[in-house]
Amino acid sequence: MKRFDKNGSLALGFNLVFLVFLIAPLVVVCLVAFTDKGYLSLPRDGLSLRWFVEILDHPEFIDAFWFSVYLAFGSATLAVMLAIPAAIATARYKFPGRGLVMAFFMSPLMVPHVVLGVAFLGYLSKLGWSGTYIGLVACHIILIMPYALRLVLASVTGMDRDAEAAARSLGATKWVTFRRVTVPLILPGVTGGWVLAFITSFDELTMTLFIASPSSTTLPVRMYQHITETIDPLIASVSAVIIFITIIMMMILDRIFGLDKLLVGK
Amino acid sequence: MNKWLPPYLLNGPALVIFTVMLVVPMVMTLILSFNSFDFYGGIQADDYGWHNYLEVVKDSYFHEIFARTYGIAVAVTLICALIGAPEAYILNRMSKTWRSVCLLAILGPLLISVIVRTLGWALLIGNNGVINEMLLGIGLIETPLKMMFTTGGIVVALVHVLVPFMVLSVWTTLQKLDPQVESAALSLGASHFVTLRRVVLPQVMPGVLAGSLIVFALTASAFATPAILGGRRLKVVATTAYDEYLNTLNWPLGAAIAVILLIANVVVVMSYNRYVERKYAAVFD
Repeated sequence: MKRFDKNGSLALGFNLVFLVFLIAPLVVVCLVAFTDKGYLSLPRDGLSLRWFVEILDHPEFIDAFWFSVYLAFGSATLAVMLAIPAAIATARYKFPGRGLVMAFFMSPLMVPHVVLGVAFLGYLSKLGWSGTYIGLVACHIILIMPYALRLVLASVTGMDRDAEAAARSLGATKWVTFRRVTVPLILPGVTGGWVLAFITSFDELTMTLFIASPSSTTLPVRMYQHITETIDPLIASVSAVIIFITIIMMMILDRIFGLDKLLVGK
Repeated sequence: MNKWLPPYLLNGPALVIFTVMLVVPMVMTLILSFNSFDFYGGIQADDYGWHNYLEVVKDSYFHEIFARTYGIAVAVTLICALIGAPEAYILNRMSKTWRSVCLLAILGPLLISVIVRTLGWALLIGNNGVINEMLLGIGLIETPLKMMFTTGGIVVALVHVLVPFMVLSVWTTLQKLDPQVESAALSLGASHFVTLRRVVLPQVMPGVLAGSLIVFALTASAFATPAILGGRRLKVVATTAYDEYLNTLNWPLGAAIAVILLIANVVVVMSYNRYVERKYAAVFD
């Protein structure tokens, strides 16, 4: 038999246990979602889709899902639009305070989400923006900016600038050069940054819990509220749907960007 | 035109948003944390002082919460280092195809909301959960084990949520290593164990330390997992701040707790960074 790698059997055993530990809770969620019972249980007497059908009778989850999508779409798009000029400034100009500006944009990573939640709750209610779409988008932009900026910056730094020089010397205006040469060249990094920002916004719970209102509830917040009241097969089936969607998305992302590149940020 | 103008103009939009949406709210929270609060009159507008901070510093109720939070953070960080670093080493020695499959399984959960992953643990360790159901089924125990609403349950679930960061961090360091150094040690007669301890471990230590920092900071500020698996009784700092804000409605006290959490995190991260940089100055230069 061909040896797959340099690991001994002990190492491969460890690897197996480690992977089971990581996957088990997600598998359990999916299994419980298929139960035919009215209470939490593994589907021992046969699989049933009753709890997936039940989701359709709970529009609050479906509404929350769509609100999360709109929120993540809006804030990821705006964050990337702010990140592109900031990345160009950092990659191409030397100016006083360059490192400081970068550290400022990366600083939300250092702030616990509960602290951001506390700060935004007080601020939005002062502004009268509590529970509004625009208020939530503004808060999410701060949260996801570091993720968007890191990938956009990597692509701007790694870009070949000769193509721009060639376009300019052939008579293209600055704007045409930017639109037809620069943008296509940095597009992979920008898309990667947008995707990562979208996912981060979509999954965020802690901060959003403070600033969401009944009319602007995201899916994780809705699920949290449900879990604190009761843990039933319904919440398992909602989670299973999220897991399925994520797996499909992950495969697409891995094909296009490579998952490790996206998460390590190189 | 001033040569410094373009970069500031390019950074301008983001700087404005960050000032309006990050600096101003944080400063307002800091001010709020010095405000006094009265259960009948609410926030006392012009009455400032240190009393919220003194309350946290003096009350043993808060001592217990802070001790629990940082105890959990230390435990989770140690466990993540102990299992994450070996896993990264094993990954690095795998063939390419197997590695990408395993990596997908390790990194994939990072893209799934923490709430779903925590729910998985609630279903596993609950009193009527899968583990108890199985152990009762095979007759190993007679009454369900109590794992839900225990510190141990929170620690295991947080290790699950955060260990991918450790694997990622150590694996990134391992990729920069020259595999021939390890072969050299082996061919010069060092045993496998000695090679691991004296050659591999010192070289991956920066990765382990960087990963520990991420795991520690994220555990200390974790909210969802302790809130769901800890219940009402086992509070941590993040859930306490939440309760002060949305249940007790004592915003100034909640703000003070949040400020302390932030400062503690920043101090830990900064001093840890300084320590690591001094110790590994040669590596980073």
